[in-house]
Amino acid sequence: MTDQALTARHGGDWRYWFGEQRGTLLALAVFIAMFAIYTSNHPAGFSADVVTTAANKGVLLALVAMAQTFVVLTAGIDLSVGFIFILCNCLASHIVLGSAIQTTFGVIGVLAAGLACGALNGAIVIYGRLQPIVATIATGAAFYGIALLLREQPGGDVNEALADFLTNQFPGGIPASAVALLVVVLVIWIPFRKSMLGRVVYAVGSSESAAYMSGLHIRRAKFIAYALGGLLASIGGLFITFVTYTGEASLTNANTYTLNSIAAVVLGGVSLFGGRGSAIGAIFGALIFRTIGDLLFVFDLDPLWQPLFLGVVLLISVCLGSFRLIRIRNRLDLFG
Amino acid sequence: MDGPSSAPLFRMEGVSKRYGGVKALTNADLTVEAGHIHGVLGENGAGKSTLMKIMAGVVQPDEGRMTLDGNPVAFGNPAAANAAGIVCIFQELSLVPELSVADNICISNPPKRFGLIDQRAQRRIAEEALARAGGEDIHPLAPIKDLPLSRRQLVEIAKALVRKPRILILDEATSALTAADVRKVFSVLKRLRQEGLALLYISHRMAEIAELADECTVFRNGRNVGTFKSGTKSDTEIVELMIGREYSHVFPPKPAPQAATGTPALEVRNLSWNNRLKDISLTARAGEIVGLGGLDGQGQRELLLALFGVLRSTTGEILIDGKKCNLNCPNDAKQGSIGMALIPEDRKTEGLMLPMSVRDNLSMASLGRLSKGGLVDRAAETKAIDEMIGLLAIKTDGTAVPVGTLSGGNQQKIVIAKWLMTKPKVILLNDPTRGIDVGTKAEIYQLLRKLADQGAAILYYSTDYDELIGCCDRVLVLYDGAVGRVLSGDEITERALVSSALNIGAGQVGTGTSSMAGAGAAG
Repeated sequence: MTDQALTARHGGDWRYWFGEQRGTLLALAVFIAMFAIYTSNHPAGFSADVVTTAANKGVLLALVAMAQTFVVLTAGIDLSVGFIFILCNCLASHIVLGSAIQTTFGVIGVLAAGLACGALNGAIVIYGRLQPIVATIATGAAFYGIALLLREQPGGDVNEALADFLTNQFPGGIPASAVALLVVVLVIWIPFRKSMLGRVVYAVGSSESAAYMSGLHIRRAKFIAYALGGLLASIGGLFITFVTYTGEASLTNANTYTLNSIAAVVLGGVSLFGGRGSAIGAIFGALIFRTIGDLLFVFDLDPLWQPLFLGVVLLISVCLGSFRLIRIRNRLDLFG
Repeated sequence: MDGPSSAPLFRMEGVSKRYGGVKALTNADLTVEAGHIHGVLGENGAGKSTLMKIMAGVVQPDEGRMTLDGNPVAFGNPAAANAAGIVCIFQELSLVPELSVADNICISNPPKRFGLIDQRAQRRIAEEALARAGGEDIHPLAPIKDLPLSRRQLVEIAKALVRKPRILILDEATSALTAADVRKVFSVLKRLRQEGLALLYISHRMAEIAELADECTVFRNGRNVGTFKSGTKSDTEIVELMIGREYSHVFPPKPAPQAATGTPALEVRNLSWNNRLKDISLTARAGEIVGLGGLDGQGQRELLLALFGVLRSTTGEILIDGKKCNLNCPNDAKQGSIGMALIPEDRKTEGLMLPMSVRDNLSMASLGRLSKGGLVDRAAETKAIDEMIGLLAIKTDGTAVPVGTLSGGNQQKIVIAKWLMTKPKVILLNDPTRGIDVGTKAEIYQLLRKLADQGAAILYYSTDYDELIGCCDRVLVLYDGAVGRVLSGDEITERALVSSALNIGAGQVGTGTSSMAGAGAAG
């Protein structure tokens, strides 16, 4: 390989990078535009308090959307994320309490529970060979049942010092929850994306047969993707406990978070066919989804408009994603 | 590297493999030496692919043994074969479409730093491998799905090279390459031979084998029928080795050839699609069975799909009874005015709804014909179904049983019956006798002749040369997406079919370039 050929090629690199990140960048741009409109019309303007409130609400869905991303990348779907989220909320309201050491063990316990839920999903889907959609509806119902046993009535408590620390502001008005989300991205997502494991997950989602023929451990990678999904949902569950100071086995919340996580993933440019997209895109997808509701609020529109408006936005974004179908030249490929 | 006098690098002895009742490989032997290129030749279904899949760990042999460096080996999966140094470049490419070229090349063992994939190092490895494979112009960050087929094949070769193989198996690895790319790949392969690799080169291009191979092995009916030094046999002698299967089918007599008069039922003019079909023209008259021959994957399947309205943006004309028609989907093609039917290749996915009943499957394509005011006329449906079950002698325990419970032969009869119920005038068949028993095959041959006698025009693709010889009035041999040669009457012999499928003996010798493949001849 000559250096000449190398340098000749460097010019084109950004183009491929852009092509790969297009969905994420588009979601980022849309979010920035919407958030700018929101804050400029908010009575308090672009203040630290407004941003912190928005961040606290947005981070919850962002974490659940990240959880969904891991599974969707394998070309699967997890309809139990919202239930793991709620289960971990109820669990946290029991065990994330007391002294620093007790609280630490509590947090570890909640994360372990989420990981176990995700691992159970993975085991059923991969080793039990059930379809993800059915398997996770069933496990979701079971997780909700456990959540109800833990918290028949809303209640419980959480270590307030920790909760306040993670939901307030750092010096300079930076929302702590956004920093926490950044830490999650740096500690979990980036290593995943850059590791062999992440590579295999993308390969499996893109073409399972090609991945198999390349001699990759596809079952192990899919299993870990489901387990990581559970882990991310449990981080979300911890966070809602810090925001609300209670545990509540809310069926409405579980369902809403599950469905919204899928919407956020799509808005963030992650392909439901698998193998394409990024959890960072899903985070911005989640933030967009949240901001739509806030926009309606600052423009004094009736909240009744919100579902209609969200639906239309979602439809448009899905349409943008299906332009590739126009290029297909063998109609049989439309079904594959 | 071992000296030439020690045990061969790889040896396979007495290996057999059967799929259900079909013997794919019988007692096959093969010896591969380091520093040699070994050419493998054979007809469709001669066992070449099975042989290769066994070596690559994709399928496990039923009996026989394999040795590497004299030590017995067995591979449970492709990863195990790779670990032993056997790397295979498959015809169906094993690249992941959404990942980049560099990601694919390093997919099974990427360079790592602190446990994470080192993108820079990976890119450097990919660039070196691409350069070795002759694909310097391919950007390592380009996603595979944006590359044309010929570039993908070079990436596939580069991917094999980074695994540092001791034995490299290439299955029709140049089929999608341009002449210039083929030259590059050949010089790579020759260099690898010098470096002491063993290469197993499966190809139907005789000129390529002649140029590259040190030894050749010919397979026929799943057996090794001859291994010889390259250049010691002529093309004709090699074709002789490849043919000569036992004649086991019973065919109905053919009618005397008829003068080509009147408007043909089906006429195709200059049909092209996506560089896979090239300027194809043909005619089929009522009462005529026209065969499509050639090696697998030369555009036969695409031709049938194009006629049936499945492919988008085809160019050229399709005429039914002399009238031009524009078919945009199978529903257009089956309408009474067109009257086309396609018996698809894979009955399990494209032909039948396996969990649904015999009755539902049979009437599936004719519901429009059997309905009045949007409701299915049950009496008419039952009558039509009974008629078909009688005509094809389908053995089924009533019409309510799921089709999936029937035998393969009866399932295939149901696919055919389903389309005969639409009263087609032009019948397209895509290898309808694959994997079914001899008795049912004979019944299908009789039926096809009967349908032709009743005035249908039949276009019949078969991978079995005996069927083309026994059933067809004319045969178009496809090569590289174009009609290479037209054989009719007594010209349809196994020798003529094999040599024209290999694109030799018709005054031209294939050189690995697609431009040499025959000028589209009209029927």
